[in-house]
Amino acid sequence: MKLSSIEKLTEWRSVLAKKNASGKSCLCICAGTACQASGSNEIIRATKRALIERRLLDRLSLRITGCHGFCEMGPFVLTEPQQAFYTQVKAEDVPRIIDAALAGEYVEELLYKDPSTGQKYYHRGDIPFFKNQQRTILEANQKIDPIRIHDYIAEGGYRGLEKVLSVQDPVWVVEEVKKAGLRGRGGAGFPTGLKWEMLAKQRSNGGKFLVCNADEGDPGAYMDRSILEGNPHSIIEGMIIGAYGTGATSGVVYVRNEYPIAIKHLTAALQQARTLGLLGGNILGGGFSFDIEIVRGAGAFVCGEETALIRSIEGKMGEPRQRPPFPIQRGINGKPTAINNVETWANIPVIIVRGADEYAKIGTKNNSGTKIFSLVGKIRNTGLVEVPMGMTIKEIVYNIGGGPVGKAQIKAVQTGGPSGGCIPASMFDLQIDYDSLSRAGSIMGSGGMIVMDENTCMVDLAKYFMRFLKEESCGKCFTCRKGTQRMYEILDDITTGKGTLEHLDLLEELAHVVKDTTMCGLGQTSANPVLSTLRYFRDEYLAHIQNSRCPAQVCKPLLSYSINNNCIGCQACGKACSVNAIHGERKQRHFIDASKCIKCGTCRSVCKYDAVEAA
Amino acid sequence: MKGKVTVTINGLIVEVEKGMTILEAAQFLGFPIPTLCHMEGLSPYGACRLCVVEIGEGARAKLVTSCTYPVEEGLKVRTASTRVLRARKMILELLLASCPQSKIIQDLAAAHGVRQQRFRQEHEDCILCGLCVRMCEEQMMAKAIGFRNRGEKRSIGTPFDVHSETCRLCGGCMYVCPACQLRCTYNEPEKAICGGCENLTPPCIEKDPFDDMMCYMTPCVACEQPKN
Repeated sequence: MKLSSIEKLTEWRSVLAKKNASGKSCLCICAGTACQASGSNEIIRATKRALIERRLLDRLSLRITGCHGFCEMGPFVLTEPQQAFYTQVKAEDVPRIIDAALAGEYVEELLYKDPSTGQKYYHRGDIPFFKNQQRTILEANQKIDPIRIHDYIAEGGYRGLEKVLSVQDPVWVVEEVKKAGLRGRGGAGFPTGLKWEMLAKQRSNGGKFLVCNADEGDPGAYMDRSILEGNPHSIIEGMIIGAYGTGATSGVVYVRNEYPIAIKHLTAALQQARTLGLLGGNILGGGFSFDIEIVRGAGAFVCGEETALIRSIEGKMGEPRQRPPFPIQRGINGKPTAINNVETWANIPVIIVRGADEYAKIGTKNNSGTKIFSLVGKIRNTGLVEVPMGMTIKEIVYNIGGGPVGKAQIKAVQTGGPSGGCIPASMFDLQIDYDSLSRAGSIMGSGGMIVMDENTCMVDLAKYFMRFLKEESCGKCFTCRKGTQRMYEILDDITTGKGTLEHLDLLEELAHVVKDTTMCGLGQTSANPVLSTLRYFRDEYLAHIQNSRCPAQVCKPLLSYSINNNCIGCQACGKACSVNAIHGERKQRHFIDASKCIKCGTCRSVCKYDAVEAA
Repeated sequence: MKGKVTVTINGLIVEVEKGMTILEAAQFLGFPIPTLCHMEGLSPYGACRLCVVEIGEGARAKLVTSCTYPVEEGLKVRTASTRVLRARKMILELLLASCPQSKIIQDLAAAHGVRQQRFRQEHEDCILCGLCVRMCEEQMMAKAIGFRNRGEKRSIGTPFDVHSETCRLCGGCMYVCPACQLRCTYNEPEKAICGGCENLTPPCIEKDPFDDMMCYMTPCVACEQPKN
């Protein structure tokens, strides 16, 4: 069926919405990558079988959705309209959940409980993890089956496109985005409206390109994947609106091949949109044409950089080039190209539907809207959180994230992925927005937020990121290629006890030069992990160098194990030791032979009496 | 498109032709800028970073490679500011740490007053400036060699490390190499990008007849023996 006009789409939406509003109960099961990994496919199979076997299809429906964000508690089942949130569900729980949903009751023991207070929550919206967020983008994920365009349309999808096509003024579109104050969610925070305005002004006889950058490669960050998997139509709608505003003729979604579900859902979504006449030639009979294709990347981190991304789309080796000329002047095949991040595109329909003024009220001045962070690391509630700009780190880490997992205190958060920086706990009152993060020596990046507690060694952390960067640098700039290698080498020396104070000076000097002299964003920010840890955690570096000690007890070569007076001679450690380094008579205090000890730490983990000490 | 733009280079206000790079303009005016990966006739690449200059003012000042940056109206360039020199010295120190045997790098380091090398010494043959790749592609129209891999594993070579069908053994790649030598693997004919004759003891003197050496230079640049 092809929708030939805006009115047809509106009409069809009301039909679909009526069908959905029949009041039938529904089970929503998340099938995002994280939940699939924790076993949601089995839950889905069990639910389908139960619904068919018990002939419940007309009383209870099943919706397989994208990521809801609370990945720590997956797989989970959300019931509608009850909004009961059952966490860490197993296949054998499914019949009980179905019975309860039909009767309007709750399966008490599966409901989410606060791990510290033990309080039970009957309504999903009351759970602190969800309650403290403002979910303008992620909220849609739970209401939509990503491979069914009907769901998206029924939930008000493509209303933004309708509005744009009925206003019929490209300048208005760009002005709206400008007024909304949306800044690029990929990390650099360039105003999207300004970028579009520049693209709209470019003259080109061979067409213009819009690109959706879905080459998300930061360790521990997956918000783009979740949007693409859970709500691909919001990206498509955003891009169509963008094309209308800027006069672009072709769109490309550059997505990494490591995201198979995202590619699958996006492919299906594009197909459906084309069938309905929302994409392709003469969209909704308005005489405006635009189409989108998917280009799969081979997974090089550097291809997220816009000039490298363009080269990769052109089929060349993914390495950045000097700007100017900017992609907006000469992009794909020399044609003007605007590149925006997945999350930026997902914000576009929201801006158009709600209106720029309404949108600009979210967040703070110069930093409007919400931002999705992937909250991971040593924190209780890992997952995706969406908060308005300007929220403090403390609120995110403690109110939403639920604070530390164990006894160890939270020491710092690392924002912005491998090339971001660390922010110490003393600065947790910092508001999260582009400007204050960069003042603190970090970057917003695409929104990774890794929480670290006292058991994380900051030197080791810098070394980890430096290893990632030296492998992922494209290698074109000498200072990036060799500089990251040398920084890694020095950090490795420090963590193995071979570092000197001269090393520290050299490291800092080198980091500044690398930051200064490389061409692309990867190189320029590659020194951030080193510089920010040196700025806030210099004492840890000094402890490694001067006292040959790792305060977090992570760097093995600097550790030595010993057994104290707590030892009752149970012999558990001796049996566990793989190199027979522990000696002692039964019921006598044991000793560790330092010459044999390989510092694996097994003895410490098996000891029940806290008798094994590391220093 | 052609026309003139006014730029300030080291305080000197000059008119230069539009479309020039900063490097070309500075060299034209007689300001020396060291570089290893730039050569007239080959497209600019910006790999060695030695030619960095400082542009802009105040908080917006930044370093860019002059070989790839086009002149713009009103551009303010400093080719030898403290920031530039500090960066160049560090780059040369890094280069020395990797390729100590190169005469060109040694000379540049001496000229910039680099007196120490604080990194772990390596002995690499290549700084991956890409001159040979561009020479092969742009001047010799062969595309026989290219970059492979990324990051620390990046290297230059022929596809699959076997002699490339498009290679005419012209030697252009070795001719342009600024710092190092593409080593000849003279005893493995199928891999031949020759360079063996650049060893201190030419293989052709110590070993068997010159014919078996796959050496294509006549006469050999090392032993000066004519072929046949």
